[in-house]
Amino acid sequence: MNAKPTATPILEVSHLTMRFGGLVAIDDLSFTAARNDITALIGPNGAGKTTVFNCITGFYKPTEGMIALTHDDGTRHLLERLDDHVIARRARVGRTFQNIRLFGGMTVLENLMVAQHNPLVHASKFAIAGLLGLSGYREKEREAVERAKHWLEKIELIDRADDPAADLPYGAQRRLEIARAMCMQPVLLCLDEPAAGLNPRESDRLNQLLLSIRAEEKIAILLIEHDMSVVMEISDHIAVLDYGCKISDGSPEFIRNDPHVIAAYLGVEDDEVA
Amino acid sequence: MPEPSRTSPSGVIAKDVALTGVLATGLFMFLLGIHTEDVPGTLLLTPRPWLLASTVAIVMAGRLMLHMLYWWPSDPPTRNMRIAIALLAPLAPLFFVWMLVDDPVEIALYLAGMYLLAAALLVLRYARGEGPSPRLGIAQEKLVDFWDRFGHMFGGVLVVIACALPFMPFTDRYILDVSIMVLTYIMLGWGLNIVVGLAGLLDLGYVAFYAVGAYSYALLATHFELSFWVALPLAGLLAAVWGIILGFPVLRLRGDYLAIVTLAFGEIIRIVLINWYSLTNGPDGISRIPRPSFFGLELTRRGDPSFHDFFGIPYSPVHRIIFLYYIILALALLTNIITNRLRKLPVGRAWEALREDEIACRALGINTRNTKLTAFAIGAMFGGFAGSFFATRQGFISPESFTFIESAIILAIVVLGGMGSQIGVVIAAVVMIGGFELFRELEQYRMLMFGLLMVGIMVWRPRGLITAREPSVYLKEKKAVSADLVQEGQG
Repeated sequence: MNAKPTATPILEVSHLTMRFGGLVAIDDLSFTAARNDITALIGPNGAGKTTVFNCITGFYKPTEGMIALTHDDGTRHLLERLDDHVIARRARVGRTFQNIRLFGGMTVLENLMVAQHNPLVHASKFAIAGLLGLSGYREKEREAVERAKHWLEKIELIDRADDPAADLPYGAQRRLEIARAMCMQPVLLCLDEPAAGLNPRESDRLNQLLLSIRAEEKIAILLIEHDMSVVMEISDHIAVLDYGCKISDGSPEFIRNDPHVIAAYLGVEDDEVA
Repeated sequence: MPEPSRTSPSGVIAKDVALTGVLATGLFMFLLGIHTEDVPGTLLLTPRPWLLASTVAIVMAGRLMLHMLYWWPSDPPTRNMRIAIALLAPLAPLFFVWMLVDDPVEIALYLAGMYLLAAALLVLRYARGEGPSPRLGIAQEKLVDFWDRFGHMFGGVLVVIACALPFMPFTDRYILDVSIMVLTYIMLGWGLNIVVGLAGLLDLGYVAFYAVGAYSYALLATHFELSFWVALPLAGLLAAVWGIILGFPVLRLRGDYLAIVTLAFGEIIRIVLINWYSLTNGPDGISRIPRPSFFGLELTRRGDPSFHDFFGIPYSPVHRIIFLYYIILALALLTNIITNRLRKLPVGRAWEALREDEIACRALGINTRNTKLTAFAIGAMFGGFAGSFFATRQGFISPESFTFIESAIILAIVVLGGMGSQIGVVIAAVVMIGGFELFRELEQYRMLMFGLLMVGIMVWRPRGLITAREPSVYLKEKKAVSADLVQEGQG
């Protein structure tokens, strides 16, 4: 099919298969996600989209297949072999969750600080330098707060930095979760239905946020979404899943007109049927 | 029974009180109504009608008072009438009570108890902020306001009071002993707070680390003649190692399962201490544990060199107690300072994040296993320090000091104070340990009062006394996080 040719895809998923007992959730799936691209994964409910995410981020161990992630400097990480927290730390894959998973009892700023845990632990020399209040650690902590501020300004939540995350409205929580993942400085950002439950205005703000991340951060974004207005407007590349198999792959324009996709997922307008 | 509607007419109230009476009769019939005595060959049954009758009557009177003073029915319509009925209610069971005790002092005690209950009900009603008088509501608001403004100084004031306590004119040996005990529990509470309050891992076997610390110090001091100041860090280190050893297998468990397994580990340690006779001297315990010295000066009458000779003051046994008091005060403050600093460091934030959402932590690259282990190890280390202090204060330890009830008391202090709250632990420890001492005369009723207190806390402040969480970092202003937003942790 007419997948957009790219020089070095950040993420290469090849022949990924995931079985839960007798149930084949993903069947021989291959796709790529390129730098500075928004790649969308769409398909009907139960098609296995979230399972793909869980395999990429290490929450599931795939039954077969390879998931390779290539950094800028050429280092390759084989994600199917790594633990979830190692994938996040070393391979630098950030993710959000379908049902928002913020640290609700912690403030917005604290959420973003927890996301920078690993560099800060390193700077605090495993808490020893931090306990003594050495300047090296304080410097790093200030940098972390600056990065958090940068993202808070970007998601327009700077005024609520000191409020508990659970107090934020739903749309703001979605944006905060994305900012939290971005504070990890990921090379691949996986968003699981970021527009679910958003009103049209919030969903428009989300689009702007994702487009600006794509423009400024030089990372690959992988997106699961049901909201076609989001998918068609911002993604550069779409893979369509049905019953664990990839049924189509290509540009939004191509997908919109692909008869397989229309039959399995998009459907047709009522007047067209008539 | 469900709370009847606020506008119950008198018929409904009468029915409700009668139903209460029937239920109480059914419940107490065999518990109180018949006294069984095991005489050789048979079981002797003595009926106790007056006891049963007075209990049922008191329960019914209490229910009526609950209606009149707390639920506020619309009928009778005026407040004064309701109060009059409530004041008359305790007189109704008087006949039965009189037949039962026949002693004016005890009758007076009964009436005093009932009217105290009436006053408590009225206060609770107003505390709900729905009473016709807004005065109490305003008072409450003022109190909250005052706390907001001066609350952060409260801890400092407490430290000053604690430092000055041994030199207060009213302080005697008894008060010092009780204070040392309270401080030990404050330290244990702060230590357990790291595991339960911050990391959200429910640990029912914390006493194991207390025991490891105590035995480590006792054995190191008696076998290798290490001084307290050398053995103290070693004992803390050993306890931390045990924290990691015990932590490893239980890390996969969550919530209730974790609680049960930690409880079992606590018991295992105690049973090993009882049975490993060659090392621990079994149930006989270890005695003649050396006392700590003050920069090499011994605090005994015939020490060489001794504290009182060096300073040229007459010998007094209180010096040693005061010295012990300052040791535990310093250890407790150390625990507090380190915990407070750790909370503001990445590792402390990771503990709290773990309590909030473990899966999100893993997605952010936090090694949850190591994070849980550090919480276990640091909590255990402070438990070990407290254990060594306990050993050196008592001079004698045996496995009997490390039963499950100790774990339960420490956990109760943490939960009562408000999970994660440092000042809450202090208040809870003072109330529980100090209060327990204060009411020593009440004998077995102490346990009853303790239970009542716990039930009351669970009903009115289920999240503990101090529930607001203080953020570890802020941009503009530090706003406390309300307790309903904070998770309790799944282990």
